[in-house]
Amino acid sequence: MARNKEAVVLLLDVGPSMHSVLSEVESVCSMLVQKKLIFGKSDEVGVVLLGTDDTCNELQKEVGGYEHIVVLRNISVVDGNAVDFLQNLPRGNFRGDFIDAIVVGIDLLIKKFGPTNKGKQRICLMTDARYPIKAPYEGTKEDQVNTISQMMQTHGIRLDCIVIREKLPEADLRVMEENDNLLDQFSRKAIAKIVHVDSSTSLLGALKTRNISPVTVFRGDLELSSTMKIKVWVYKKTSEEKFPTLKKYSDKAPSSDKFATYEVKVDYEYKSMEDPDKVVPPEQRIRGYRYGPQVVPISSAEWEAVKFKPEKGVKLLGFTDASNILRHYYMKDVYIFVPEPGNKKAIVAVSAIARAMKDMNKSAILRCVWRQGQGNVVIGVLRPNISSVDNIPDSFYFNVLPFVEDVREFQFPSFSSFPSSWQPNEQQQEAADNLVKMLDLAPSSKEVLQPDYTPNPVLERFYHFLELKSKQPDADVPPLDGSLKRITEPNPAVFSHHKSVIDNFCKNFELKENPKKKKSSKRAWRGKPSTFSEKEEGVDDFEAMMARRDSSKWVSKAIKDMQNHVSDLLENSYDGDAYSKAIECLVALRKGCILEQEPKEFNRYLLGLYEKWKDTDLANFFELLSSKSLTLISQKEASDSNVTEEEAKNFPVKTELKF
Amino acid sequence: MDLDPEGLFRDDSDSESEFYREKDSTKEFVVYLVDASPKMFGAARSDEDEKPETHFHAAINCISQSLMAQIIGRSYDEVAVCFFNTKEKKNLQDLNGVYVFNVMDRECLDRPTARLIKELSYVEDTFMSNIGSRYGIVSGSRENSLYNALWVAQALLRKGSAKSVSKRILLFTNEDDPFGSITGATKTDMIRMTLQRAKDTQDLGISIELLPLSWPDEEFNVSIFYAELLGLEGDDISQFLPSAGEILEDMTDQLRKRMFKKRKVKTIRFSIANDICIEVNTYALIRPTSPGQIMWLDSVTNLPLKTERSFICADTGALVQEPHTYFHPYKNEIIKFSMDELSKIKNISDGQLHLLGFKPLDCLKDYHNLRPSTFIFPTDEEIVGSTRIFIALHRSMLRFQRFALAFYGSLYHPQLVALVAQDEITSSSGQVEPPGMHMIYLPYSDDIRHVEELHMAVDANAPRATDDQIKKASALSRRIDLKDFSVCQFANPALQRHYGILQALALGEDEMPEIKDETLPDEEGLSRPGIVRALQEFKISVYGENHDQEEANTAAAKGSGSEASRKRKAMAETAARESASYDWADLAENGKLKDLTVVELKYYLTAHNLPVTGKKEALISRILTHLGK
Repeated sequence: MARNKEAVVLLLDVGPSMHSVLSEVESVCSMLVQKKLIFGKSDEVGVVLLGTDDTCNELQKEVGGYEHIVVLRNISVVDGNAVDFLQNLPRGNFRGDFIDAIVVGIDLLIKKFGPTNKGKQRICLMTDARYPIKAPYEGTKEDQVNTISQMMQTHGIRLDCIVIREKLPEADLRVMEENDNLLDQFSRKAIAKIVHVDSSTSLLGALKTRNISPVTVFRGDLELSSTMKIKVWVYKKTSEEKFPTLKKYSDKAPSSDKFATYEVKVDYEYKSMEDPDKVVPPEQRIRGYRYGPQVVPISSAEWEAVKFKPEKGVKLLGFTDASNILRHYYMKDVYIFVPEPGNKKAIVAVSAIARAMKDMNKSAILRCVWRQGQGNVVIGVLRPNISSVDNIPDSFYFNVLPFVEDVREFQFPSFSSFPSSWQPNEQQQEAADNLVKMLDLAPSSKEVLQPDYTPNPVLERFYHFLELKSKQPDADVPPLDGSLKRITEPNPAVFSHHKSVIDNFCKNFELKENPKKKKSSKRAWRGKPSTFSEKEEGVDDFEAMMARRDSSKWVSKAIKDMQNHVSDLLENSYDGDAYSKAIECLVALRKGCILEQEPKEFNRYLLGLYEKWKDTDLANFFELLSSKSLTLISQKEASDSNVTEEEAKNFPVKTELKF
Repeated sequence: MDLDPEGLFRDDSDSESEFYREKDSTKEFVVYLVDASPKMFGAARSDEDEKPETHFHAAINCISQSLMAQIIGRSYDEVAVCFFNTKEKKNLQDLNGVYVFNVMDRECLDRPTARLIKELSYVEDTFMSNIGSRYGIVSGSRENSLYNALWVAQALLRKGSAKSVSKRILLFTNEDDPFGSITGATKTDMIRMTLQRAKDTQDLGISIELLPLSWPDEEFNVSIFYAELLGLEGDDISQFLPSAGEILEDMTDQLRKRMFKKRKVKTIRFSIANDICIEVNTYALIRPTSPGQIMWLDSVTNLPLKTERSFICADTGALVQEPHTYFHPYKNEIIKFSMDELSKIKNISDGQLHLLGFKPLDCLKDYHNLRPSTFIFPTDEEIVGSTRIFIALHRSMLRFQRFALAFYGSLYHPQLVALVAQDEITSSSGQVEPPGMHMIYLPYSDDIRHVEELHMAVDANAPRATDDQIKKASALSRRIDLKDFSVCQFANPALQRHYGILQALALGEDEMPEIKDETLPDEEGLSRPGIVRALQEFKISVYGENHDQEEANTAAAKGSGSEASRKRKAMAETAARESASYDWADLAENGKLKDLTVVELKYYLTAHNLPVTGKKEALISRILTHLGK
């Protein structure tokens, strides 16, 4: 028999006032059973309904009374039928008495287990506790609760009670208060937990559907110093429940094989690079650690000898103002430090420090090595958790903090440095203020969507679909349930309630798609010339084209175009009217060719011009050039040139043609 | 490939690895262009007794740190280090005054190696004799070392397409007026040429970033020359580098921060109400750094091995294709799921961030955490007006001390999140906390465990501390106060050791480096009389006067009281006595062990603290091994 086998009796109120939430009761209970079918196959479940039309329970037969309570399913090992039962709960028309139901539940457990199985028995009551319970035959209702609590305690039975009250139209506040007090009395006198929920979404998250046996991460001393130590146990407070790992399916097994697993195994082989057919055996493999481009081979034994090996222990580094540790630095899931159970001194010591920290708004910084042989240390922040329940000791929450290496200090612009067109004006700010104030999810301490009562919609959907598929293998994935949509989408009721605030917000802000979109890098080139548009702007176009760097061809094209342009000017010139223009262009061309290290290109062109026109009436143009000291590019100006300074100075007079 | 076999740094699951990696995985090529003019070697701070700190030293320091971070993190980025205003020259173009620094087994622009980091950190010692420093731009010469430097840097960055690689030149200088020493036409000409060169470089998709170093009494004036070179205008200039370098460390800090290139994780839509849907970028500012992937090598050749994965049907042993159907056993049946169905189940939202409402900050409890947070910052790139709305909400949330509850419908991990507005915090060393919102991943009820209820006392109140005890604890916490504690002031000793060892091995050094563990408590501080007294008073207050004695008594009672341990001890004694009466070596020598009974063999094993399980042969071979036969 499994060590952690648990027995649960579900006491479900199906009376008239519960009808609106019964579908959520159905799904949360079937989820509980489904998870047991997967994770706790030997757990046992019983189902008792209250508020039914009929009556069917052993106590009624034995002693009478206990009306409108039906034992739908006796305590037995979970099976698929239990899910069916729970998904189709009957709707009752009577007011059930939850105290009677608890007694029936206890009766079932005692008859089944007697004195055995202590501490692994649980009663789970779901009701709205809205109607008065019957007065007992003798004593007060309080006495009755005391007697029942006593019985639960001796038999090691826990009570989990979920009180569901969505909206309260014609509710009797006095009755509810009395009922709440009675239930609270259980939590003082027995091991019981009472949870109040006010929406169907929270109902789905209110019941722990999976039992995870808690394991301590660390048991030992919280060392304030070498002389002052407090005995603590450390557990995980949060730990993500993962999407179940599914197995890979193989259809190769013959249909006659009754013991087929249908599994696919994954096999890894390590092969040498040079010889792809050669499999390298495990003992010939060695780990290589990357360090930049290098890979450093280190065997496990070597690594073991040199690696960081801190001593086990949890040590205090000091206290600091809580404001020194911003919330977003919390790195991981959260731990809880509880004082060693039953150790009064530890309980008091933890309580004193926790309360002092709370009063002074301090946090403590710890260095933790949970177990011997752990290869790293953890630095984290300890925060007080003052218990709100009398019989639970004070404790601490512990969050892991980052090391230097874990933080990237990106710099972002200040909002104040943004242009005023990006800043909200007064009216817009007011609209935002109203939105933040009014769209309140925690009005007068009635917080909705508390993480503690919000189920994981993906897991809900998976288990729901799993059950569906077990009956109907070709079923489609069902749409997300309405109660779960409250988690993933804004609640239309809340939004329509604050319609004016939202409308005002929307009215005040304008959004539009950026027409320019992402292509900013290409945009920079748009509008740059690819030909010389107008003759007059030859120089500007040339410079712009020379400056283009999207392709190297632009430089040669610019030079070529400029050369043609100058030639055109000269050929069409009449009595030197285009000389000044041509000279301007040549100056630009010369400068460009120096910048671009293309002196030969310029020199060749200038000499060509000279050769072509030195004996024509354009010869005076070259005199003008030398008077403006516009000459060949010398080696001094551009190293690629093979014209000396002397030769350049003498152009056009004594230049030998050497190109 | 096996990730971190010891599992020391293991993240939770494979599907989450994406969360820890940035999506924007483009490579980066960086040229560090460092001014080496004599001005850079002038004392930037004149402490009387200490060696003067130079700007050059600060620049080298920054680069070394950044290279160190790169080699640990994104080691596929390539870097080159280049000095200008040097006496010697070393570059492909053979231009004067530019020296490209490199070490063996490495291209000029390449991934940083252990040797590069090491030699760079010592470069100052031999700089004057090997490379030399001089003013590059002086009157009477047409030499333009800045122009040359930009050209060399651009040439170094020639490889790789601008689309897949981001290319940057980081220019370190303390000269805000590089052409100040010359005048006239030469000056205008040289300035124009240099600007054109810079523009050319930028047009090629290379960004030039200036990391200016200021003098204590004289702020670096960006507008003299560099504003034009960088293409800064108006407002940009004023925000460029406002704080003067009063303290060199602060300036070094600022530079170091600016050297990081911001990499966003992704751009997501944030739907606020009705049709209002803005756009934000997400950044992973805090993620655990792991020592990176390991590679399997052939221990004979030290060459990497190729991993081949094959799928085998467990029932028939046949090789199969990678299956696309998965199953989950349920009610003694096999429930099959296609990949498509699985992704449909997980796909419960549209990838956007949906605002659900606002809550006061105290609704966010200390245990509402699962993973490192993600930073969000608005962008107007595609939706104009996003930033304005974001700023307005940000301000309101700060004003009313509220956080936004939202649903982040990411495809692989949809989750409820808290968006906590963070105001900008700056210090003398620049921005400490950027303005924006932090997305905190909230647990579901399935993820929260009610551990504290495990040890509930029945019908009895748990003891609580008295006021006096609380007062003593307060006094203690005032004594042991970490005033300037800042998150992440500690280096991770495990990682430091890891990389220290790798660096030593990569450089072929025999000495393993000693890494100081900064995370240990300050024993010396804790032994100050004031603290010791506060501790003692608190101890007496909560534990009573004779705590240590009581503890010792309990421990003693436990030690002698345990039935089992006494029995074990007695057995060991008997075994030792019995075992001494045999000549084991002789028995083993003559193969006579097998003639003994199992009980007799076990005497030896028990006496020598060896396991006593297994068949007779196993016991014999264990004894032989132990005897060294």
